[in-house]
Amino acid sequence: MIEIKDLHARVEGTEILKGLNLSIQPGEVHAIMGPNGAGKSTLSAVLTGREGYEVTSGSVTFEGEDLLEMDVEERARAGLLLGFQYPVEIPGVKNVYLLKAALNAKRKEQGLDEIEAPAFMKLIREKLKFMKMDNSFMHRAVNEGFSGGEKKRNEILQMLILEPKLALLDEIDSGLDIDAMKTVADGVNSLRTAERSILMITHYQRLLDYIVPDVIHVLVDGRIVKTGDKSLAFELEKKGYDWLLEGAA
Amino acid sequence: MASEEMEQLVRKEYKQGFVTDIESDTLPPGLDEDVIRHISQRKKEPEWLLEWRLEAYRHWLTMKDPQGWAHLSYPKIDYQAVSYYSAPGAKNKDAPKSLDEVDPKLLETFDKLGIPLHERAALAGVAVDAVFDSVSVGTTFKAKLAEAGVIFCSISEAVQEHPELVRQYLGTVVPHTDNYYAALNSAVFTDGSFVFVPKGVTCPMELSTYFRINAANTGQFERTLIVCEEQAQVSYLEGCTAPMRDENQLHAAVVELVALDDAYIKYSTVQNWYPGDEEGKGGIYNFVTKRGDCRGDRAKISWTQVETGSAITWKYPSCILRGKDSVGEFYSVAVTNNYQQADTGTKMIHIGEGSRSTIISKGISAGRSNQSYRGLVKILPTAKNARNFTQCDSLLIGDQCGAHTFPYQEIGTASAQVEHEATTSKIGEDQLFYCMQRGISEEDSVNMIVNGFCKDVFKELPMEFAVEAEALLNVSLEGAVG
Ligand SMILES: Nc1ncnc2c1ncn2[C@@H]1O[C@H](COP(=O)(O)OP(=O)(O)OP(=O)(O)O)[C@@H](O)[C@H]1O
Ligand SMILES: [Mg+2]
Repeated sequence: MIEIKDLHARVEGTEILKGLNLSIQPGEVHAIMGPNGAGKSTLSAVLTGREGYEVTSGSVTFEGEDLLEMDVEERARAGLLLGFQYPVEIPGVKNVYLLKAALNAKRKEQGLDEIEAPAFMKLIREKLKFMKMDNSFMHRAVNEGFSGGEKKRNEILQMLILEPKLALLDEIDSGLDIDAMKTVADGVNSLRTAERSILMITHYQRLLDYIVPDVIHVLVDGRIVKTGDKSLAFELEKKGYDWLLEGAA
Repeated sequence: MASEEMEQLVRKEYKQGFVTDIESDTLPPGLDEDVIRHISQRKKEPEWLLEWRLEAYRHWLTMKDPQGWAHLSYPKIDYQAVSYYSAPGAKNKDAPKSLDEVDPKLLETFDKLGIPLHERAALAGVAVDAVFDSVSVGTTFKAKLAEAGVIFCSISEAVQEHPELVRQYLGTVVPHTDNYYAALNSAVFTDGSFVFVPKGVTCPMELSTYFRINAANTGQFERTLIVCEEQAQVSYLEGCTAPMRDENQLHAAVVELVALDDAYIKYSTVQNWYPGDEEGKGGIYNFVTKRGDCRGDRAKISWTQVETGSAITWKYPSCILRGKDSVGEFYSVAVTNNYQQADTGTKMIHIGEGSRSTIISKGISAGRSNQSYRGLVKILPTAKNARNFTQCDSLLIGDQCGAHTFPYQEIGTASAQVEHEATTSKIGEDQLFYCMQRGISEEDSVNMIVNGFCKDVFKELPMEFAVEAEALLNVSLEGAVG
């Protein structure tokens, strides 16, 4: 699905990613953990092509294509979607408009006609229900006045409708109460298929009880310093990152 | 976004920019009393109106061009280089009496603009008056309106058919002494619309006037007068376009609204005059005086405008809230791109007790354009318990454009309540990235965010025109980013 090789990236002249390697196969769920400021969100920004993040060396191949050559929206249409750590509010733009525009942009890329209104409404109602969101969310402005948990649910709702090939989820669990955590996890789990991959960034082992990853990576100071199976999360929970920091230095 | 709007997006150029090749009776450039006499004579006007024009002209001669007053810069206008009268059709031919007498080429022009004049094809439930250069070429649904007692015709026709009404109200809201352009307009106005809704009548359909400047070097000076008697109501929309020409063209309109007790006038504008090219060459100079007079108690006047066109806009639709508990509203979206300049806003003059006003202004500047909001809220001592709410938001796209806000307040009574909110923001990079990360192109993302920014105003537009306004906005912002 995605192959990241020796990736170096800078933000405002400071090197943040310092030779990162990561490979995810179709159908796999990977988790990235690591201390604050390690470069986890930077990685998601670099992968999605955000302005201001300069790749100085290394390569990223997404489904055989050179991802770094693609524009932001091309990456999204190719199936790389990011669930934001801090979803932004867009006043006056209804959730349903954004979703429809996004879905149609993707369909256009695939040579399909725009989705018919009734089919779209049916789809969105179904997914709202799955995410335990009221229908009124359709007509509210994107994320405007949403609670922290509602914003996160809205991110997953978009994933359910846009069906990415690779979903990047940046701290999708932060700010969620127990029930919301379960709903979000159900949403993510429903995305799991043999073809689709998921890369989630989290600080807490708890999320991994709900969404059990195949592989866990530890990102410290711009590099993956350790990779293991789900038991690694328990070890981190107990020991923290210090023992790995020493190894990385 | 709806698919029609998406489609509009891919059309790049100013698509109303074509010229109609039609014979016209055009006066040579220049302005003096003879020109005014000629206009008046061509229109077979009564003596009082000629005198009225000449008085305005003589006053205009004593006035100073207000150039440099607003936050605008443009070369001095040579008023002698402008032609003050242009009518489609050969000289000395009478104006068409009905749509069937109208030159098919003209009807075609309005068809092309999406304004079919044949009643059959006309927008459902919207009566249209179309003004081509200096002359009204046809008003639809006249008979149906007459049944309801509503008069809707060109102002020239009103001068002939209803002189007493015209004389009673013309110039009572905007006297020729008001300002330079109002004086000029009063001297040379050629056509425009007249609406009269008698006591107790709610106009059965939307009324709409469509203005089109075609001839080169021609100024357009239309005059619109709308009167609603007690408890009468009307919703009126004007639309404007012009061909693309390298020279600047002058447009100086006057609009007067009169609302008596419990009357309601809703006046909406979708203004898309040619804005000039990407280098700032050509375009319309749009100097407009629009004012509504809430003469009666509980009268209400509402201005809604979407302004995307013109090289230069100078425009402050205003309300005089004379009646007790009268209401004035101003909802505006102004978009400037490339080298466009706009100085626009409103004036709310509170005289009546308990009068209320609301101002919502959304300014969007892109490219190297400059935009100013200028608003006056004046509350006279008589306007006890008057209230005003002003919200004035500017959105900048790119970093070479400018937005300026000049709010003026003169509060003459302690019982008044005045609130003012203003924001200026750059189009959020976070918002753009968020939309684009959902696969939406940069251009569509900008349009979506800008449309969202304008929602509060768009929802005030009559339904049929809200979609048009959004599409227009999108076209105006093409190439604004990236
Ligand atoms: N726009 C920026 N300008 C300057 N520094 C930045 C910018 N973005 C990120 N950084 C720096 O890069 C480093 C990595 O930040 P990043 O957001 O990737 O960390 P993170 O691993 O996601 O942390 P957290 O767990 O707190 O979310 C931090 O030191 C941060 O301050
Ligand atoms: Mg982070």
